[in-house]
Amino acid sequence: MTLFNVGDRVRIKNSHPPGHRRTPFYARGKIGIIERYCGEFKNPEELAYGFDGTPKRELYRVRLSQTDLWENYDGPENDTLDLEIYDHWLEKAEG
Amino acid sequence: MTTDERDTHDHGHDHEHPGTTPDVNEAGYYELMAEAMKELLIEKGVVSADDVRRNLEFLDSRDPVDGGRVIAKAWTDPDFKKRLLDDGTAAIKEMGLTMGDAELVVVENTDDVHNMIVCTLCSCYPRTLLGLPPDWYKSKSYRSRAVIEPRSVLKEFGTEVPADKTVRVHDSNADMRYLVLPQQPDGTENWSADKLAEIVSRDAMVGVVLPTAG
Repeated sequence: MTLFNVGDRVRIKNSHPPGHRRTPFYARGKIGIIERYCGEFKNPEELAYGFDGTPKRELYRVRLSQTDLWENYDGPENDTLDLEIYDHWLEKAEG
Repeated sequence: MTTDERDTHDHGHDHEHPGTTPDVNEAGYYELMAEAMKELLIEKGVVSADDVRRNLEFLDSRDPVDGGRVIAKAWTDPDFKKRLLDDGTAAIKEMGLTMGDAELVVVENTDDVHNMIVCTLCSCYPRTLLGLPPDWYKSKSYRSRAVIEPRSVLKEFGTEVPADKTVRVHDSNADMRYLVLPQQPDGTENWSADKLAEIVSRDAMVGVVLPTAG
């Protein structure tokens, strides 16, 4: 059992903790769809400071719509952006 | 001036001496930090100098030829293509290739989708399959513009994607590495895998151009 399933609507947390984070700023607070589950990986936010990276985190690929990401996106509505987000940066989104 | 005079004169060094040239790589701040880190890791016994040297030698020996072989095999062997799209890391192992510590995700171009790869946070790239990334891939300009205005960037590479085709950008921001499986060009249907591999360029596997038969 994974925390999220393919097709789930998720929100990437709009959080701004200091330190090494691999959640790009442009995606924070945005809603997307789980595209695939990538497996469990050591947490880079811990590894960056010399810890062992455990507990491991579930990593997901999240698909976002470009027109949701950028107010003035110059392209059709079908254009998308996929990126990788660790589970602790994700929450279920309504709808 | 003789060598002896060069060694002993006592003015400041704001000029070049005759017969001297700067080193090929004058170390900047980050190079010095990396060097210091390497020395510490060796001193603490975490890695050996030979480990570092062997890894550099391996990475320098990689080039896009291996990536091209993977794509050509996918074009000529439908079962392999399916395995490659399901689990890229496992599929390339069949060919004796490795991803090192990372995982491979292969994304397929179709009549409806064009894929393009970027790493906005640094310069993650499938180095074991394509060699070291080109300078433009590491530039801040590509890393920001590829996500914000991918169609304009593609146009600058000479790739015009029609509006009825989805442009799908992949930000390689964590543990996955990406390879684009382009569509096989028309007119190459009966080509051998070896011949096909030759027309698959590095940039086609990053998704900024399309391969052509010629």
